[in-house]
Amino acid sequence: MKKLASACALAFAAVLSTSAAADELSVICSNEQDWCDLMAGAFEEKTGIDVSMVRKSTGETLAQVRAEAGNPKIDVWWGGTGDPHLIAASENLTQPSGADTDELLGWAVNMYNISKGRTVGIHAGALGIAYNSELLAAKEIAPPACWRDLADPRFEGEIQVANPNSSGTAYTELATFVQLFGEDDAFKLLAEIGNNVNSYTKSGSAPSKAAARGETGISIGFMHDMVKLAKAGFPLKIVSPCEGTGYEVGGVSIIEGARNLDGAKKWVEFVLSAEAQSRGPEVGVYNVPSNSNATVPPESPALESIKLIDYDFATYGASDTRERLLSRWDAEVKPSRN
Amino acid sequence: MKRTASLWLLVGLAGYCLPPWYMTDSGFWSFSWVFDFTADDNGSALLMGTLHGKTWLLPIFLGFAALAAIQVLPIHQVSAARLLVAVASLLLAYTALQGLVIVRDGPRLLAGMFTNLGAGGGQAGLGAGAFVSCLSLLFVLTTGLSFLGKGRGDAFIIGTIGLIVALVGIFVFFPVAHILIRAFEIEGGGYALSNFLLGFFSADIWGLGCFVGGSCGAAINSVILGIMTGTGTTLLGLAFALIFTRTRFRAKRLLRVLTVIPIITPPFVIGLALILLFGRTGTITNVFADLFGVERTRWIYGFGGVYLAQMLSFTPIAFLVLIGVVEGVSPSMEEASQTLDADCWQTFRYVSLPLMRPGLANAFLLGFIESIADFGNPLVLGGNFNVLSTEIYFAIIGTVADPAKAAILSIALLSLTLGAFFVQRKWLGKKSYATVTGKADSGQHATLSPLVSTACYATALPWAVFTVVVYSMILFGSFVKLWGYNHSFTFDHYRRAFSIDFTNGIRWTGVAWDSYFTTLTISTIAAPLTALVGLATAYLLVRQKFAGKDAFEFSTMLSFAIPGTVIGVSYIMAFNFPPIELTGTSIILIVVFVFRNMPVGVRGGVAAMSQLDKSLDEASITLGANSFTTVRRVIAPLLGPAILAALTYSFVRAITSVSAVIFLVSAKHNMATSFIVGRVENGEFGLAIAYSAVLIVTMLTAILLLQAAIGTRKLRRANRLQPVG
Repeated sequence: MKKLASACALAFAAVLSTSAAADELSVICSNEQDWCDLMAGAFEEKTGIDVSMVRKSTGETLAQVRAEAGNPKIDVWWGGTGDPHLIAASENLTQPSGADTDELLGWAVNMYNISKGRTVGIHAGALGIAYNSELLAAKEIAPPACWRDLADPRFEGEIQVANPNSSGTAYTELATFVQLFGEDDAFKLLAEIGNNVNSYTKSGSAPSKAAARGETGISIGFMHDMVKLAKAGFPLKIVSPCEGTGYEVGGVSIIEGARNLDGAKKWVEFVLSAEAQSRGPEVGVYNVPSNSNATVPPESPALESIKLIDYDFATYGASDTRERLLSRWDAEVKPSRN
Repeated sequence: MKRTASLWLLVGLAGYCLPPWYMTDSGFWSFSWVFDFTADDNGSALLMGTLHGKTWLLPIFLGFAALAAIQVLPIHQVSAARLLVAVASLLLAYTALQGLVIVRDGPRLLAGMFTNLGAGGGQAGLGAGAFVSCLSLLFVLTTGLSFLGKGRGDAFIIGTIGLIVALVGIFVFFPVAHILIRAFEIEGGGYALSNFLLGFFSADIWGLGCFVGGSCGAAINSVILGIMTGTGTTLLGLAFALIFTRTRFRAKRLLRVLTVIPIITPPFVIGLALILLFGRTGTITNVFADLFGVERTRWIYGFGGVYLAQMLSFTPIAFLVLIGVVEGVSPSMEEASQTLDADCWQTFRYVSLPLMRPGLANAFLLGFIESIADFGNPLVLGGNFNVLSTEIYFAIIGTVADPAKAAILSIALLSLTLGAFFVQRKWLGKKSYATVTGKADSGQHATLSPLVSTACYATALPWAVFTVVVYSMILFGSFVKLWGYNHSFTFDHYRRAFSIDFTNGIRWTGVAWDSYFTTLTISTIAAPLTALVGLATAYLLVRQKFAGKDAFEFSTMLSFAIPGTVIGVSYIMAFNFPPIELTGTSIILIVVFVFRNMPVGVRGGVAAMSQLDKSLDEASITLGANSFTTVRRVIAPLLGPAILAALTYSFVRAITSVSAVIFLVSAKHNMATSFIVGRVENGEFGLAIAYSAVLIVTMLTAILLLQAAIGTRKLRRANRLQPVG
C-alpha cells in the first residue's frame, strides 16, 4: 500500500512538473503519429538531445503558433502540408533555418526559396482519385481515369471530396483544377462534378476512408493516404488522372523566437537527411522524400509515372488568391441545400 | 473580524516573503526553492524587490504594512473594516496592474517611467508567492466586507462569493474577452461596431432557407438540433429516471450502467459505430436491404446522424440531473393527492410532474447547450449539415483562418445559450419546488399509472437495447483486424497500446501509456475541484441573496456555452504571457476542465438544492451552527446525488473532451483524446477504439468506486414503493 502511494505521488509529480526544460527540443509534429515517434526516437539516439513532441494537425498548429507569437513554447514545426508553413513564413512566425539544400529535389528547394529560407520541403504527395473496386463492380460502374470523367452522370451520388474552406487537401485540388483547366473552366467542371458529390467533408482524408469502407464509391485526396488504406486491406484502387495532377509539399519550419535554436537547426538538418527520410516505409509512410539520396518506398506512387503539373505554390498559396478562389467556390460550387 | 483578517494577513505576508513570486522553470508545484531560495528565479517578492531590482514589487509590502497597522491601531471597528476593504482592493488592483503592464519584454505602457524603475528587463509570469498573496488579500477584503454587514455579515459566504467571482473573472471572462473583441476588428487595425453587425446578421448564420427547400444558416441548424436534442434527451432521461425510482424493474443496475456508458465515450467513437451500423454498407442497413429491399441511403450523414449520436451521448446527462430530482419529490405530496381521490395519472400529471420542473428545465437546458456546443458528432457525421460549433472550428483552423468570423459565430452561439437560459428562468418562475423539508415524511411514492409506466418502458427499453448494440459494435471493433472490413480476431490493438515489459522491472512499452497516465492524473485532480466550485456556486445561487446574482449566475454558464475551440484558442491568447503564464503546463489543462465543466455542477446543484427546504438551514443556524457547518453537516449530505453527478461528470469530461484540449496539450502533457484523434485521423481505428474501450472501462470503474464511496442519501426512513394493486 505504501509502495502504491509513493508510486502515485511520483506519477503526480511527474505529470505536474511543468513545461519543457531549456535543453529539451519541443517539436510539434503534423505527420502520422508513428512517423513522429520513430523520428523523435532516432533523433534522440543520434544527437543525444531530448525531444518532447506532440502531434497536432497543421491548422491547429498554425492557430497555436499565431496565438503564441512573441513567446512561443514550440521550437520546431515538422510535417503537414506546405501551405500553412508558407503562411506562417509570410507572417514572420517562423525564421530562416539556414538548412543545406544541396541534396534536395527541385520542389523542396522551391519551397525554401518562396519562403526566404523559413520552410523547407520534406516530402511530396500527389493528388489522385480512389475508387472502391468492389462497390463499383457491384453497381457495374466503369471506374474513372480522368478528372473530367468525374462529371459523368454514372457517378451520381458516388463521389466524396473535402470542402476547400476547411481542408488543405481540397484546396490543393481546387488550385490544381484552376491551373489545369483555367479558372472559368475549372469552376464549371467543379460544379458539374458537384452534381455527383454526395457530401463535402470537413477533413481532407475523410473521403478516402469513406471510399475504403464503401460509404462512397469514389474519393479525391492524396495518393499516399490511399496507398495506406489499400495496404491495410481495403479494396481501394488508385487512379492517377490522365490530365495530370497537382501535389502538396510537406514542410519543416523553425518557430521565430525558438528557445532551443541549436537543437531546432539540428532537427531540420536531421529530417532532411537521406538516412532519416529513407525510414518512412517502416511505419507505413508512403509519400515521396525530398532528399534525392533517400530511398523511395516501392509502394509510394512514383512521381515520375504521374503527370505532375508545374504547381505554382507562390501564387496559389498567397492569401488573396486563396480568398478569391474560395469565395468563388462558395458561390458557384457549394451545394445550395443540405 | 480581527482574528480572521489577521490570519489571512499573515498568510499573505508569508506568500510575499517566502515562496518564489514568479513561476519558476521547475514549475508551480516544485518545492526546490526551499533549498535554494536566494537563486535568481526562486526569489520571493521581497527578495526580488530588494536584491533583483524589481522595485515595483516593493509597494505591495507597504500595502501589507498598512493593513497590519489598521489591525493594530485603536480605530473604531467599522472604520477599520472600511479602511481594510479600501487598502486591500487597492493592493489587489496594483498587483494585477503591475502584472498586466510589465510583461516579459518589459513595460507595455509608460515605458520611460518604468524603465527608470528598472523594469526594462520585464518579468515572468506570477507563481506560487503571488498566488498565495493575492488569495489572502482577497479574503482580507471579503472579511472586511462581511463586517460591514454585506451578506448578513457572514464571512464564509462573502469569502466564497469573492473567490468564485475572482476565479470566473480570471479564467472565463479574461480569456474569452481576448477572442470576442476580435469580432469588432476591422482589417488593418481598429475596431468598429459596423463590422460586427455586418458579419452577425448574415444569411450564412441566420438563413431560413431550409424551410423552403434550400439550406439554413448554421445558427438555425444549431437551434433546431438543440431543441430536438434537448427535448429528446429530457424525455428519455425522465423515462429512465422514473423506471429507476418508481417501478420494480428488475435490471435496474444494468440500466444504470447503460445510462452512464455513453457519457464516458470519446465522442467520435459513437459516430464511427453509427456509421458501421447505419452507413450505406452498415450492418443494420445490410439487414434491411437484404430482407426488405430497402434502398441503401446515406441518411446518417447529416441531421439524422448527428441527432441520433447526440441523443446517445447526452441522454445520460439528462438522466443524471433528473434522477436526483425525481427521487427527491416528497411522497407525502403524492399521498395527499391520492387521499384527495386523484388517480395515479392525475397525481403524476398535477403533482409529481410540476414538482420536477426544476429538474426538467435544467436537463433541457443542459441538453440544448451541450447539443449546440457539441463538436465531435457534427464533425464525424455532419456531411453537408453545418452547425455553429464546426463552423467556428474551421474559421479558426480552416484554409483561411478568420478569427473575426470565429468570434462573430461564437457570439451567435453565446446569444443562443443566453436565450435558452432566460427562457428556462421564465418557465420556472418564482415558484417553490422544495419538497425535502426535514419534517417527518414516511410516505410512499405513488406507483406510476399504467399509461406512464408503459410509455416509459416503451421508450427507455428499446433505447437501452440500442445502446447495448452500439457498444457491442465498439467492443467488437477493438478485437478485429480491420473494423468494418476484415473481421478476423486479434489482440494486436491492445498489445500495441498497452503492452508492458516485465523483463527488467516494469516497463510501460505500449504507445498509449504516457497519455493514459497524464489523463488520469489530470482528471483526478480536476474532478473534485470542479465539483467543489460548481456546488459552492449552486449553494450561493439558491440559498443566498446578493446584488448582481443574475449576472453572477449567467457568468458561471458562460464557459459552458462557448465552444471548446474558442476556449482553447482564447486560453492560449490569454495565458501564454505574464502575468499569468500557463501554456505548456498541466495547470492550464486542469483549469480549463474546472471552468468548462463547472456549469454542470452548478445546474445539478441548483436543481437538487431547490428541493431542500430553507427551514433545514434555518434550523441548523438557530441551533448555533454557522453557515460553513450548515453546509458541511446538513446540505452536503443531502446533496449526495448532485455531488456524485458533478464528480462523475467532471471526471469523465476531463477524459473525453476534445475541442478545447487540442490546443492546450503539449508534448509533456498529452491527453488521451488528442492521442485518439490523431490515430483516427491516421485511419488506425482499431487502436483508437481499443484505447477508447480501455478508457471506458477505467471510467466505469472509477464511477462505481465513487458511487460506493458516496453512497445513497437517506431522505426518509425507507424509500418504499406503494405495493402493486
